[in-house]
Amino acid sequence: MLDTNAFDLRKYLQGNGQSVGVWIALVVVVLFGAMRYDNFTGAYNISSFLNYNSMFIAIALGMCFVIMTGGIDLSVGSVVAFTSVCVAYLSPYGIQVALPGGILAGMAIGSINAFFVIKMRIPPFIATLATMLGAKGGALVIAGRQTISVDWTSNFTKFGMENVGGLLPWSIISVAILAVGLWIVLERTSIGRTVEAIGGGEDATRMMGLPVDRAKAFVYILSGGCAGLAGVILASGFGAGQPLEGVGWELSAIASVVVGGTLLTGGMGSVPATVAGALLLGLVFNILNFENGRGVISISAYWQMVVRGMFLFVVILLQARVSRATKKQGV
Amino acid sequence: MQPLLRMQGINKSFAGVAALTSAELEIAPGEVHAVIGQNGAGKSTLIKILTGVYRKDSGDIEFEGNPLNAQSPREAQDAGIATIYQELSLVPLRSVTENVIMGYEPRNKLGLVDWKAAHTRSREILAGFGITIDVTQPLGSYSTAIQQLTAIARAVSLNARLVIMDEPTSSLDDREVETLFGVVRALKDKGVSVIYISHFLDELFHICDRATIMRDGQTVAVREIAESTKLSLIADMLGRDPEEIAAAGMTDLGGGVRETGELLLEAKDLKTDRNLRDVSVSVHKGEIVGLGGLLGSGRTEAARAIFAMDKLRNGFVRTTARPNGFSDPADAIRSGIGFLTEDRKAEGIVPEMTVRENMTLALLPKLIKNGAIDRERETEIVEKFVKALGIKLASIEQPIRELSGGNQQKVLLARWLALEPDLLILDEPTRGVDVGAKFEIQSIIREYVEKGVGVLLISSEFEELVEGADRIVVLQEGTSVTELQNPGITEESLIGAIAQSHDGATA
Repeated sequence: MLDTNAFDLRKYLQGNGQSVGVWIALVVVVLFGAMRYDNFTGAYNISSFLNYNSMFIAIALGMCFVIMTGGIDLSVGSVVAFTSVCVAYLSPYGIQVALPGGILAGMAIGSINAFFVIKMRIPPFIATLATMLGAKGGALVIAGRQTISVDWTSNFTKFGMENVGGLLPWSIISVAILAVGLWIVLERTSIGRTVEAIGGGEDATRMMGLPVDRAKAFVYILSGGCAGLAGVILASGFGAGQPLEGVGWELSAIASVVVGGTLLTGGMGSVPATVAGALLLGLVFNILNFENGRGVISISAYWQMVVRGMFLFVVILLQARVSRATKKQGV
Repeated sequence: MQPLLRMQGINKSFAGVAALTSAELEIAPGEVHAVIGQNGAGKSTLIKILTGVYRKDSGDIEFEGNPLNAQSPREAQDAGIATIYQELSLVPLRSVTENVIMGYEPRNKLGLVDWKAAHTRSREILAGFGITIDVTQPLGSYSTAIQQLTAIARAVSLNARLVIMDEPTSSLDDREVETLFGVVRALKDKGVSVIYISHFLDELFHICDRATIMRDGQTVAVREIAESTKLSLIADMLGRDPEEIAAAGMTDLGGGVRETGELLLEAKDLKTDRNLRDVSVSVHKGEIVGLGGLLGSGRTEAARAIFAMDKLRNGFVRTTARPNGFSDPADAIRSGIGFLTEDRKAEGIVPEMTVRENMTLALLPKLIKNGAIDRERETEIVEKFVKALGIKLASIEQPIRELSGGNQQKVLLARWLALEPDLLILDEPTRGVDVGAKFEIQSIIREYVEKGVGVLLISSEFEELVEGADRIVVLQEGTSVTELQNPGITEESLIGAIAQSHDGATA
């Protein structure tokens, strides 16, 4: 190749053909929004958009790792609700206690998932369905079936509300650090490589002497911890522990992962593409809100869901096409 | 007598490659007929054409005097041909009765299932085969043998005139095999014919009347079992002269012992739950030891036992570093053992991962620097092996599934070579690769052996074993029966040892 840049792009496409669709769609949607709406690229919209969606990015990242092993974690939505209640109770002690506390609470439920899946050999779908119901019940019990207001006098709410350097809140920065960290884990560590190998073939992976059980435990505990972080963001950003929140979030997370090009059967996945997938799904809502704000048409929440479903479908179709095209050129 | 089934001049090719060339099969009424041949001889293609799974390209099939051209397994079944698969297609959670009469339940006046009559009927059907069990219990609560027999009973009760059994004894224990043979004989008495496919040749002498032998997609011989020996059947399967094999087999047994280098690994009296009964084998430095034997003789099982993938029921594996054997595959790898598995697709490659990632999977623990994978060293190692092994690819970042079979196999070989192992277990290292790649892979192995690596080589190709191995341990039905020493092994002497050593009565 004469042009080295072109060569690198081609190389990237060969390895990541599946996730090209999501990047194209993301660029198109952002350009569309920026040109059509005045405040779309304004600091307020960007900050509040990212703040809300940082929770979805966090759980999508954990889900991505679970799915790469060929598993699934249905409990994340409930874990968000559960930990948001837990940290609401912890909020008087400040964020320095509540943040690790919330993450640990999530990891505890993740450990239960790991135990059921690895030691008891219960299929992930069933095991995490059980903890989904359990965590939801637990959240309602400890919250006494009501929203638990956080302590506004401690520094707890600053985590989700105060902008660092007047720009972005800590919640977004913490999720960004999480994403970068997980990217390194996946691309550069042996446990990340093992996670991908398990999805490709568990027996083969065991045969190669890789620690299959340890890697599986890692992904479920990670997913719980990510949901725990999302719970902290929820309570701190909205000022309350919310036992009824998080319904259906696990499906949003799965959708983000799939839109990001990760195979549901496992074996391959990408951290940046998963983040892009989560952002894309969030942007579709954001744009619909702006469209409603123009006052020309009014799309109800129900129709928004329909539109989002259709959009998902288009992105996945696009993805299949692009990846097929790159495969043809690839070799 | 008019044959029950006559298949003539059957041709079939897949993507231009001939799988069957004017193959033939003739089954008499009430006969138990074996179909035998090496892997790839065309047995299963022929049977699948008969049962409507594949369409033939040309040829004639006559069943009970009428032309038959089954377009689906269902059509073959309706015509009276039943197939008993290894994986049973029954419903284990429902009762035996439901499984036997499903779809043909007796009804009472109201059109509802008459369970009393149903149970009686299924009890009668099973009793006809000498099986008396509680038919109201779920089928899954009984042994595999009983489930298999239930499938056969169902087939026959549906008026099958020809029952095809594909490796029916592979998951049965000795007592269950006897029960199965009883059922086969009962079928014969009822005038039902059986096509019996098995790689356990001993079984044929117990229950079969005739055998059709296939080789390279052709029917090469039809033999009366009573007039055959195991040796003559193997000679037919391989296309050799039986007398030559017999002569060679007699002269070359029990040569002297030539030790090359120090002892790397010793395995003695290995027994596992996977058809491995009593195998002993040792490998020295700079030595290639072959495991010879027919399909099902326990070659792969012996390798799995050594690699600690299956639990030992008896015997031991030991090396200098590990006098008590290995606790799991990871432990075996740490002690310098590599295992290139036979099933490249299921146990070898991770298809979506790149060539680079696939090649370094087993090496990962050694590539960690400061908690992260040392990508520079990784790439360096991968590029070194790509060059050394002549792996043809567009980029090492390419998913491995895009490579040809031979190149995939080289990547997997490199995966183990990169570990700098003391001992390599190679299970069918050249299966499914083209001739050029095969030669290259063989010379790579040679090169490493000269450097002192020990190799345990498993191959179905006698040529590869005879030319490659310093010694060959011959296995039969999960037992190591004899050992041949090179120089001096010929293909005939190997085949002779495989056929004879355990089998004084018939040879």
